[in-house]
Amino acid sequence: MSTLDPVRFLAKNMRVDLALIAGMIEPNTRVLDIGCGDGMLIDHLFQTKGCDARGIEIDMAEVTRAVVHGLPVMHGDADIDLEHYPDGAFDYVVLSRALQAVEKPRAVLQQMLRIGTRAVVSFPNFGHWLVRWQLLSTGRMPMTATWDRPWHETPNIHPCTIRDFFVLCEEEGYVVERWLATDDGGRRAPWRRASRLANMFGEQGLFLLRHR
Amino acid sequence: MVATGLGRSYAGAAMDQPATRMDPVGSASHTHVTFDDGITLECGTTLRRHTVAYRTYGTLNADRSNAILVCHALTGDQYVAEPHPVTGKPGWWDSVVGPGRPVDTNRFFVICPNVLGGCMGSTGPLSNRELPDGTVVDEPWGTDFPPITIRDMVRAQKRLIEHLGIERLFAVIGGSMGGMQVLQWAALYPDAVFAALPIASASYHSAQNIAFHEVGRQAIFADPDWQNGQYWRGGRIPARGLAVARMCAHITYLSEEALTRKFGRRLQNAPKDSTEAISLFGEMFEVESYLRHQGSTFVQRFDANSYLTITRAMDYFDLAADYGGDLADAFRGSRTRFLLASFTSDWLFPTTESREVARALNRAGANVSFVEFPTDKGHDAFLLDEPDFHRALAGFLRGCALHARLDA
Repeated sequence: MSTLDPVRFLAKNMRVDLALIAGMIEPNTRVLDIGCGDGMLIDHLFQTKGCDARGIEIDMAEVTRAVVHGLPVMHGDADIDLEHYPDGAFDYVVLSRALQAVEKPRAVLQQMLRIGTRAVVSFPNFGHWLVRWQLLSTGRMPMTATWDRPWHETPNIHPCTIRDFFVLCEEEGYVVERWLATDDGGRRAPWRRASRLANMFGEQGLFLLRHR
Repeated sequence: MVATGLGRSYAGAAMDQPATRMDPVGSASHTHVTFDDGITLECGTTLRRHTVAYRTYGTLNADRSNAILVCHALTGDQYVAEPHPVTGKPGWWDSVVGPGRPVDTNRFFVICPNVLGGCMGSTGPLSNRELPDGTVVDEPWGTDFPPITIRDMVRAQKRLIEHLGIERLFAVIGGSMGGMQVLQWAALYPDAVFAALPIASASYHSAQNIAFHEVGRQAIFADPDWQNGQYWRGGRIPARGLAVARMCAHITYLSEEALTRKFGRRLQNAPKDSTEAISLFGEMFEVESYLRHQGSTFVQRFDANSYLTITRAMDYFDLAADYGGDLADAFRGSRTRFLLASFTSDWLFPTTESREVARALNRAGANVSFVEFPTDKGHDAFLLDEPDFHRALAGFLRGCALHARLDA
């Protein structure tokens, strides 16, 4: 297990991202946030939407912070611990900016849509033009504000593009109920409906999925 | 903070009958209540009368919704947050329970009972023997005291809680064997437990832990003063055997790192008046001296037969076995909020065992918080000053109070 944190939002952008994810979640529902950090999203969902929101986090210091704040967070690993939840235990299972850091993204998505009716997934888009340009022009692994660690240090072991993710959903038989591309600050990008443009200019993708 | 008016008035209303005391525990009288409608133990024996000694701290609110039950560990007792009547030492969880502490007695009404089988006033091997017809003879049970289980302890505690007029506990908290009781409470009385906090605990006692307990028991049996458990006849207690049992157990409560940090290989002079073999060397390691001190102070406050009874109760504990082998079935449909906490250097109740419980609770769909705290202090860490642990306890209870709509 890597000791480095996967790509996360900078604190100043956290609120914007939370608002986008929370916007996909109905009030008074059961929510599991995987990789919940110190529990900001689950606190937000409880306080503003009355959700029964719980979290799993792999970083023990973050778990401690969450519990100290009175939030129901347990230490756990997305790759290992989801199998212990019963089918349909949640209305939504959230994986925010961690898909690229798990060992088996495909299996984690399967588990998410087994234990939850819907999955909310966000990830940094490796198809962004700056990433493409750096690889093309320098011939080396890109280093950007989002992808900010050298290839041998990064915990982000499964980068993908927005188009890759659409393909995976197709293969797995997931319905994309909603999706959007945003900049790194979590602000919604205007190329919402054009996935090729979104894949070029969106710094991250945010998806709401369910089983077909 | 000690024994509020409420606690006293309940004690007064109870059928006060001083529990039989004998050395080494002393004859201090403990706040208690005696139930005479019988309790049938898991082993099948019915005790017609049984006494639960307990202490309370803080004030029960008007709708009786702020009660927290604290369950003590193997050698603990009800004196959780006040000086011990026998040893004079501070309460065993003074840093956790009290005004302004994580379990804040300004806000919560804290109840701590002595377990069934214990030796601080609750019915146990020191109590006078009850014949099958219910008559009580003027002689202790000794080793004829029926085997007790964690479930028996919890059922006795439930009687106390009902006696205090409390339908639902806001929380049940305990470490080690106390955590076993917490899990048993949550499984047996899910609607009576809003929040459950098993700390440094497990859903069963491991083979290694049973093995260490057996060494302790054998040490007691091997003491000539044990007298087949009827040591009151000779007027002596099996102090040496009980002390060795404690010394052995104490090692399991620590960690190699903590022992090295505290004692290393440092030597000190052996006590001049020592008649023990160690004085042959003229010097002793500090860790030896420490363990001997732990052993000798323990026998002043604990009864050897109680030690046998309670270690056995822990060994028998296997919650999943009571529910067809799947621990999740013990908690199916539970609405209780759980906090599991463990400590990195605890090898007696390692994190893996807490994680097993957490996963079973996940399978049951229960609301679980689970955190491991880094420390080199071993199993004992749950009793010691661990700021992160204490902040997490306080925070978890605060969060639960919010969900329980418990007003500050």
